[in-house]
Amino acid sequence: MSGLIGTGQLVRLFLRLDRVHLPLWIVGIVGIVAASASAVQGLYTTPELRAGYAATVTNSPAAIAMSGPPQALDTVGGITLFEINLTAAVGVSLMAIFLTVRHTRAEEEAGRTELLRAGVLGRHAPLAAALIVVGGASLLVGLLLAASLTGLGLPASGSMLFGSSMACLGVVFCAVTAVAAQLTEHARAALGMSVAVLGVAWALRSLGDVRESALTWASPVGWVQAVHAFGAERWWPLLLPVATAVGLTAVAVELTRRRDVGAGLVPPRPGPARASHLLSSVPGLALRQQRSSLLWWSVGLFLAGLAFGSFGEEVTTMLEDNPELGELLGGGGDDLVAGYFGLILLILVLIVACFTVSSVQRLRSEEAAARAELVLATRTPRASWQLGWLGVTAVGTVLVTLATGVGVAVADTLVSGSAERFGELLAATAAYLPAIAVIGGLAAALHGWAPRLSLLVWVVLAGCFVVGWLGDLLEIPEAVRNLSPFNLTPRMPLESMDWGVALSLSVLAGLLLALAVLGFRRRDVGVA
Amino acid sequence: MDAPIVVEQLHKSFGSTHALDGLDLRAEQGEVHGFLGPNGSGKSTTIRVLLGLLRPDAGRAVLLGGDPWRDAATLHRHLAYVPGDVALWPGLSGGEVIDLIGRLRGGLDETRRAELLRDFELDATKKSRTYSKGNRQKVALVAALASRADLLILDEPTNGLDPLMAEVFQTWIRRVKDEGHTVLLSSHILAEVEALCDRVSIIRAGATVQSGTLADLRHLTTTTVIAETVRPADGLAGVTGVSDLERTDGRVTFQVDTKHLDGAVAHLSSLGIRSLISHPPTLEELFLTQYGDRLPEHAGSGQPGADSDQSGAVSDRSGADSDQAGADPGQQRGVEGGRP
Ligand SMILES: Nc1ncnc2c1ncn2[C@@H]1O[C@H](COP(=O)(O)OP(=O)(O)OP(=O)(O)O)[C@@H](O)[C@H]1O
Ligand SMILES: [Mg+2]
Repeated sequence: MSGLIGTGQLVRLFLRLDRVHLPLWIVGIVGIVAASASAVQGLYTTPELRAGYAATVTNSPAAIAMSGPPQALDTVGGITLFEINLTAAVGVSLMAIFLTVRHTRAEEEAGRTELLRAGVLGRHAPLAAALIVVGGASLLVGLLLAASLTGLGLPASGSMLFGSSMACLGVVFCAVTAVAAQLTEHARAALGMSVAVLGVAWALRSLGDVRESALTWASPVGWVQAVHAFGAERWWPLLLPVATAVGLTAVAVELTRRRDVGAGLVPPRPGPARASHLLSSVPGLALRQQRSSLLWWSVGLFLAGLAFGSFGEEVTTMLEDNPELGELLGGGGDDLVAGYFGLILLILVLIVACFTVSSVQRLRSEEAAARAELVLATRTPRASWQLGWLGVTAVGTVLVTLATGVGVAVADTLVSGSAERFGELLAATAAYLPAIAVIGGLAAALHGWAPRLSLLVWVVLAGCFVVGWLGDLLEIPEAVRNLSPFNLTPRMPLESMDWGVALSLSVLAGLLLALAVLGFRRRDVGVA
Repeated sequence: MDAPIVVEQLHKSFGSTHALDGLDLRAEQGEVHGFLGPNGSGKSTTIRVLLGLLRPDAGRAVLLGGDPWRDAATLHRHLAYVPGDVALWPGLSGGEVIDLIGRLRGGLDETRRAELLRDFELDATKKSRTYSKGNRQKVALVAALASRADLLILDEPTNGLDPLMAEVFQTWIRRVKDEGHTVLLSSHILAEVEALCDRVSIIRAGATVQSGTLADLRHLTTTTVIAETVRPADGLAGVTGVSDLERTDGRVTFQVDTKHLDGAVAHLSSLGIRSLISHPPTLEELFLTQYGDRLPEHAGSGQPGADSDQSGAVSDRSGADSDQAGADPGQQRGVEGGRP
């Protein structure tokens, strides 16, 4: 096993490099999930209350699409799981994906792996060390989740089962990412591929659970939810993710054997000897750098929009079958449909905001890679460089937002057979643009003033998700919720457009942008 | 117009690191100015201040008559830059990068671009991520040299080039110089500095230790003397400027400050010289002295051209030898390590 020499040293190195990242992920995930779980306790104390809850969500495709199969809802544990599934599963998977990319392809892209391997490191040591660190982090998250659920007074066996299932999910996505990292030369592309796998897995599970078909079993998320913690409680479904993780790791090892350090599997083709007209300006350069990621985000969010948009009509169908449910939930059928769309649009635009932030943060990677100085040593003023990139980010954000809205609207039109809501849904999506602009402006201002703190914007975005998705459950005060620009934006089509809010948010975004330019003019370049 | 680059008493800190500690630098119009110093001595930092990328904490930096921080964009019309560690956009071909940088600077000379690609044997269709370090450097060099800028700022431009390409580089720098342009050349390759530079500045720990022509600098250092004398070579230690005295049966080896060579030789001759070998510092010795801890006592006072008058006499005596040393092709060797 000479291929593994030095793995131990690398593990220590990764742990040291991750001394901020790892605790942030672990504490973040466990903290939010435990807080949500604790909020559920004490709400559903009687069988009647639990039956009411079960009746509501069992008949709600939206809830099932988002959260998972309705099972064991006659127990507090089952209800707790239903409430925390999305946050826990997505949190663990994203942690595994981001950390794995960080320690495999991103390192290699920066050329550091080459240095390491030239020393006394085995060929497979970087991969092995990444798997150990990320696998270990997933296990730790699982363990802490189990401990916190048990601490809340839920049965230990179910808590343990749930914790283990989340750990397994993390391990699967670590392995998925390890393979993706071998396939492409770019950290970004590896990240994109892995997140896409997560998206597809989630969509398959949603479709499978909503339609009660076997499609669920095609998804790793479906497998880990099939353990039915607090219900039937079976451990065997966890064999699937474990076996998959082992298989994918073997694939990744085999791929490592077949390629050179720094290279992908697909050999690069030669490019043009002369630059096209596009490459004459900073925006042209920025567009050229982002066009493929822009395409993938648009396609991905369009598909996600299609998937979640297609459930809207089921709310209507369900209400037709079950008229008393509408009364129980208070409010007419149209309101319920509108409420469903309001909720999924919120989640989708939060994902759009992730595109915006990562696009803004390319400023930082340009600077860190010392490519910014090549441009800034020409007659390009700093503000032009900055605004040139951000302009492309802005246009890209509008495109991705529209792709999302069109996806939702098209699916709804196809499923319901009428284009009645098309314009409404598109407008509802577009209404979030000022909120996204504020987050993008914040990312830019952080880059302008304190590039080292760039990570903070992700924390803010996670906060927006928490108040938007878990705000009711956690009983977060209105004043706190309204710190999120996404919360301030009216949830159309249920609520009506508020131009005052849109204008204020736009002005705020503009101020943040001005601040970004001002900050970047004052600071040293290349210290990012 | 004033000199294209004037830096006086420049200070710059990064946290607790005092990267520049009162640095002086002056490059005159039309000269190739060598910029030397051990690793981490502040060459790249100075260059980045001159490019307006870093804001100095104190001191004065004047670039082409303007303030490099405030007027960065306007000044950059007239200059071209090759960074020490060239990073390119991985998805763009070399040709695309050259055109992009050229256009952002305000156009490049097409004939020159073609000539340079040919001379440097660069395949412009390769994607940047597939270029070797040397080839990435060539891309930046072609972009800079094709610009016909008045001022070239080059940060270790040849540290990835093979000797053949380093030769091509020298030819092009001479051509640029003949056209009257100014070049600031930071380098660790002494033969290159010797071949190209009119004047050099040597810095150490963020401050200039010497500045002047290479001949000037030679006089400011020590000469090695090996002699056999009739009478035991006592009392040499007392002669001004003598150091590193070593005696092995009748033979004596020592270093002497070049300006005190006369006194030392006079003392030896009073002891009766049997044989005498003396050689002026080789370029390497020169730099090692400046980089290392064994600084001659007058170093540090080294304002540009300061001591040149008094050492004029010594210049003639050691002139022949020093030329020989400089021409030694074996000297193309970096001194990255500095003196331990
Ligand atoms: N962005 C930065 N942050 C912190 N320290 C820095 C930064 N840039 C440079 N330094 C420090 O400043 C000092 C001078 O560095 P500089 O890069 O200017 O040296 P150099 O003379 O170019 O060295 P080399 O010959 O290795 O290229 C070093 O100690 C370096 O560690
Ligand atoms: Mg340097």
